[in-house]
Amino acid sequence: MFNYTFHWRPAFNALPRMFEGALVSLQIAVLSLVIGTAIAVVLALGRRSDNRLFYGFATGWVELARNTPALFQVYMTYFGLGSLGIHLDSYASLLVGISFNNAGYLAESFRGGLNAIPETQTRAARSLGMGATQAFRLVVLPQMFRIVFYPLTNQMVWALLMTSLGVTVGLNTDLTGVTQELNVRTFRTFEYFLFAAVIYYLMAKFITLSARLLAWRLFRY
Amino acid sequence: MIEIENVRKSFGPLEVLKGVSLAVQKGEVLSIIGGSGSGKSTLLMCINGLEPIQGGRILVDGTDVHAPGTDLNRLRRRIGIVFQQWNAFPHLTVLENVMLAPRKVLGKGRREAEEIAAKNLRHVGLGEKLSVYPSKLSGGQQQRMAIARALAMSPDYMLFDEVTSALDPQLVGEVLDTLRMLSDEGMTMILVTHEIRFARDVSDRVAFFHKGVIHEIGPAREVIGNPQMPETIDFLKSVL
Ligand SMILES: Nc1ncnc2c1ncn2[C@@H]1O[C@H](COP(=O)(O)OP(=O)(O)O)[C@@H](O)[C@H]1O
Ligand SMILES: [Mg+2]
Repeated sequence: MFNYTFHWRPAFNALPRMFEGALVSLQIAVLSLVIGTAIAVVLALGRRSDNRLFYGFATGWVELARNTPALFQVYMTYFGLGSLGIHLDSYASLLVGISFNNAGYLAESFRGGLNAIPETQTRAARSLGMGATQAFRLVVLPQMFRIVFYPLTNQMVWALLMTSLGVTVGLNTDLTGVTQELNVRTFRTFEYFLFAAVIYYLMAKFITLSARLLAWRLFRY
Repeated sequence: MIEIENVRKSFGPLEVLKGVSLAVQKGEVLSIIGGSGSGKSTLLMCINGLEPIQGGRILVDGTDVHAPGTDLNRLRRRIGIVFQQWNAFPHLTVLENVMLAPRKVLGKGRREAEEIAAKNLRHVGLGEKLSVYPSKLSGGQQQRMAIARALAMSPDYMLFDEVTSALDPQLVGEVLDTLRMLSDEGMTMILVTHEIRFARDVSDRVAFFHKGVIHEIGPAREVIGNPQMPETIDFLKSVL
C-alpha cells in the first residue's frame, strides 16, 4: 500500500469509456425498475388475492427475492436458467435478475400502499360505471404511486448499485465491467475504482434529486 | 321506474333486507328514514348492483339489475349515487374528478368532458373551484362536487345516502339546497336521510325502514305529520 504510486493520467484518459459504462448501468437500472414495477403491481394484487395459486406464486416470488442474496439471483438467471436450457447473455441475465429483485421488494411496498387506500374509492369509481380494471388503473393506482414513491426511489438507487453484479456473469460494458477490464490491463486498481465509486455516487444522487423534483411536479395535492 | 320486489339480502348469517318491495316512479322523490343499521344503505347499494341480493328482484326501467347477463357498468351510468363520505378522488382536481367518468366511461373527448364537468360544477355552485384539489375544499363543497360528479353522467336516477350526516351543521344547508334544486328540476331521487323536516318538504313519499322491511310508507306529510305505526312514532320522536 505504502509503496503504491498514484498515476491519475491513465484514469482520466479512461473517463470517457467509464462514462459510457455508466450509461449502460443507468440503462439497466431504469429498465429493471420499469419491468420490476409492472411485475410488482401484479404481485401486490396476488398478495391480496383469495386465489390460492395466485397468492402462493406472488408470496414465493416475494420471499425468494427478499431473502436470498441479489448476487445469487443474478447467478441463477445466468447459470441456473442456462442449465435449464434457457441461455441469456450477460446483459439480459443481469436485467432479469435485478428486475426479479426489484419486483419482490416493490411488491411489498405496493401491497402496503394499496391497503392504505380506502375501499370506498373503488366503490365510488365503480358506481360511476367504471369497470374493475378501469377503477384500479384510474383511481387506485395513481394514489398508490404517491404513497410508494419514496420506496420506489430507494429501489431505483438500489437497482443502480446492483448493476455492479454484472461483472460476476461476465458483463463488460457497464461501469463496473469497464472498470474491471481497465484494471486487469493496467493494475491501476485504486484510481479506476475510486473514479467508478464517484460516478456511482453522483448517479445515485442524481436519481434521488430528480425523483424529488418529479414528486414535486406530480403530487400537487 | 325503479321496481323493488320482495328483495332479500344477507351478509353471512345476518339478514339485512327481509323482503323489501317498493316502486319509484319517474320524477318522484322518495325519502327513506329509519334507525341506523336498519338496512337503508344496503338497499341503495343493491339498486345499482354494488351489492348482490339473495332473493327477489330489482328492475330499473325494466332491466333486472341482478340478472346474470346484466351489464352493471352500463346500468350504473343511469343511476348516480352519492355517499355519506363523499369519496373525492384526492389525486385529481375538482374539474378532473367530474370529467373522469364522462371521458373514460362515456368516451367523450377532453373538450366536451371539460364542458360537461364545468357546467355541472357551476350548477352546484363550484364554478370558482375547478382547478383546486379536493383537499382544499370544505366538506360541504366536497359533497357538492360528488353530486356534480354523479350528475355529469346525466343519470336518470339519483340515490343519496345520508349525504349530510358527516357534515358540520353549518355546512348542511348548502348541500340540502343543492338537493332541493335537483328535486325542483324533476330529478328522480331516492334520498336516505336523517333530515326529517327536509324529507317532509322535498319528497313526494316517505318510507320508514325498520328491521329490514318497509314498516310504513305514504305521502311525506302523512308519514311524518301523522304516522300510524308505533315504531314510526317512536323513531320520529327520537329524531325530531
Ligand atoms: N359489508 C358488510 N358486511 C357485513 N355486514 C354489513 C355490511 N354492510 C352492512 N352490514 C350490516 O348490515 C346492517 C345494515 O347496514 P346498513 O345498510 O349500513 O344500515 P343503515 O344504512 O340503515 O344504517 C348493519 O347491521 C350492518 O352492520
Ligand atoms: Mg347507512
